[in-house]
Amino acid sequence: MAEAVAFYGLTAVALGASLVVALSRNMVHAAVSLIPVLLSVAGYYVLLGAEFVAAIQILIYAGAITVLILFVILLTEGATGVRVRPRNEQVSLGALVCLFLAALLVAVLTRTPWPQTQGALPEYNPGAVGQSFLTAYVLPFEVTSLLIVACLVGAIVVARREA
Amino acid sequence: MIGLGHYLVSGALLFAVGLFAVLTRRSAVAILMGIELMLNAANINFVAFTKFVSPELVRGHIAALVVIALAACEAAVGLALVISAYRHLETVQVDEINLMKW
Repeated sequence: MAEAVAFYGLTAVALGASLVVALSRNMVHAAVSLIPVLLSVAGYYVLLGAEFVAAIQILIYAGAITVLILFVILLTEGATGVRVRPRNEQVSLGALVCLFLAALLVAVLTRTPWPQTQGALPEYNPGAVGQSFLTAYVLPFEVTSLLIVACLVGAIVVARREA
Repeated sequence: MIGLGHYLVSGALLFAVGLFAVLTRRSAVAILMGIELMLNAANINFVAFTKFVSPELVRGHIAALVVIALAACEAAVGLALVISAYRHLETVQVDEINLMKW
């Protein structure tokens, strides 16, 4: 019962705030509304027993990425969008496509018989995740770290002011 | 009782809202925010499938963490490109950036 209340509360916050992200005229409002969406998703992760992923979600997404987006809105003058047209000409077509896609996804996802099992998550989640990262998934782990280095160096090079 | 289907439907709706932002917004920063919404929707599915389908090996958590790291990379590079485009073209509206259109 408490789980259902938490789930529907988180869903309401996530979908409401994501609509503000998609529709708000003011870019700062849209960026700040991203925070409740990301925190609600972290709440989903807690409900799903993924505490470690929830912590990382709050640290990286709600903390770092949102601040990065706000900084860029700050640096690009006029990007708050209050005085410019916020949407292009394909609003009705886009809405049609999105509604169709949502209906299709919901129909497919609710009708597919998923092979559900009754197993339990490992007792100590961060330990299990770290164990997997350094044994079975060491290659994706290393490739991801290499990619992060490459991306951040590339971001600095692209954003640097030419001398 | 909240089951797998609830999380999947919620993720699908979040994905559709993110896609709407990507399709209809003019500002490049807003499009990146839409992409973040879509990545989050995918991550909800990863973690939900881990709990309900194969909980012993935390494979979906691994995938979700990799996706979060890639999203951070994508945001860093994307926003650097936005700043660079703004510096050269004085705009961040994607339909006004048409240097390569002829």
